[in-house]
Amino acid sequence: MEFSRRETIALGLGAVALSVMPFRVHAATEEVIAAFTGGADVTDGGVTLTAPEIAENGNTVPVAVNAPGAAAIMLVATGNPTPAVATFNFGELAAAQSASTRIRLAGTQDVVAIARMPDGTFIRAASTVKVTIGGCGG
Amino acid sequence: MGMNLFKTTAAIAGLALMGTGMATAGEESALTINGDLTIPTSASAPAHLENIDMVTSGWIYRTKETQALQMDDFDNPSFVFVDVALDLWDKVDGSEGKACSSCHENGPEEFAGLTASMPRINAEGQLETTTELVNECRTERMGAEPWKYSKGKMAAMTSLIGLQSRGSVVNVAIDGAAAPYWEKGKELYYTRVGQLDMSCSNCHEDNYDVMIRADHLSQGQINGFPTYRLKNAKMNTTHARFKGCMKNIRAKPFGQGSDEFKALELYVASRGNGLTVETPSVRN
Amino acid sequence: MASGVKPRVKVPKKAAAGEAITIKTLISHKMESGQRKDKEGNVIPRSIINRFTCAFNGKSVVDITMEPAISTNPYFQFDATVPEAGEFVFTWYDDDGSVYDTKKSVAIG
Repeated sequence: MEFSRRETIALGLGAVALSVMPFRVHAATEEVIAAFTGGADVTDGGVTLTAPEIAENGNTVPVAVNAPGAAAIMLVATGNPTPAVATFNFGELAAAQSASTRIRLAGTQDVVAIARMPDGTFIRAASTVKVTIGGCGG
Repeated sequence: MGMNLFKTTAAIAGLALMGTGMATAGEESALTINGDLTIPTSASAPAHLENIDMVTSGWIYRTKETQALQMDDFDNPSFVFVDVALDLWDKVDGSEGKACSSCHENGPEEFAGLTASMPRINAEGQLETTTELVNECRTERMGAEPWKYSKGKMAAMTSLIGLQSRGSVVNVAIDGAAAPYWEKGKELYYTRVGQLDMSCSNCHEDNYDVMIRADHLSQGQINGFPTYRLKNAKMNTTHARFKGCMKNIRAKPFGQGSDEFKALELYVASRGNGLTVETPSVRN
Repeated sequence: MASGVKPRVKVPKKAAAGEAITIKTLISHKMESGQRKDKEGNVIPRSIINRFTCAFNGKSVVDITMEPAISTNPYFQFDATVPEAGEFVFTWYDDDGSVYDTKKSVAIG
């Protein structure tokens, strides 16, 4: 089992292309996040974002967010033409700062959940969702 | 040789990537709905099937997220349309001043088991579908306009009627007066058509459980129809799906409600004899 | 009012005082994103439910701002605390100004 130099390079490039997917974190995404955070720092951790690794259809992708103690959680689809998805504001009778819904994803992209904590800090979690193109279903 | 090996390796890498998270046909999958209705998703193939030993529900080819949508009637978006049909059930329409409920006093439950045996031969010796039964009621007994064959109201009503058979074993008759229709349907199933020159069997018999690009091919069983598809977020009828398949292979589709599609519906339904009715199911 | 809009909610009929219960909600709505075009190439105007709220005896459980990326027939699941007997009020706000609501009573027992 031998690979020629050319083949090895090709395989290597393929691996790089797979690990560095071209996510367009475009200006619209940054704006949406800034509107929520007011430009404050956002640190990783403390938020759980549950989303499928592969979505069978981008029309209906089940996602769940959970950030214990959060006042609000914003969900952003960084690769959608309009990145904002929803903002969950938790009231005094929320038994947990968690919710699930079904969202539309325009293609393979990172989905981000940012939680605003009562002390004014922000925390985040992100998850890559591959959106498949149907074989013949389209 | 070197290039072939490279291609093979790349193909395997690609398959492995796509394979993650996909349900695998044949693995132990249990479809339990609302925690109490367990539906077997495979069965021994009916005697007339020559090339397949086991028949399998399309449910097992879907991702676990899509599968989960069918496991709870609140999570299953089909029930929005079942609710629409329940409203239509009581709605007076046509010159006779009747609703479905005017005659069917015991509710849609009167149709328990019906869908498991449809399409079937009627008193006149003709093949009839559930859709035709509904429209016959509308035109003959209600004095109302027939609904379009696969549009919203009809798809909703046949979903409500199909739900009454959920859990029943599919058993359509293929002998006697049904035989010539069944033979015609079988011929259509195996006939290559369209620019891509493909038959139903090329995908759903020869290549089920294989990925066609990113899609996991099923056996094309219709025991869950009408089905809610994530793709278009509505109920999809058997004939609408046949039409979609024919367009995909660049063929000119037969009409919905045509003799060809009715015969094909009988044949495809008979390929699922032994499976369990899942209507209204959820697919991608 | 958009046609055929129908809310559905799933709430336990009974709970212990102070118990956390899971609520599921769904409303039939096209959620037209404003991104699609019709056959003539004209943009189909956006028409979505833009806000959903759930309150119990006047106190907020969740208040959700929704964008066009929420799927057709919006679905939400969340957990609520039931401090005493009372009534959940679920409200959906449509772009066209329509407001849809439904109520569910919960007994303590």
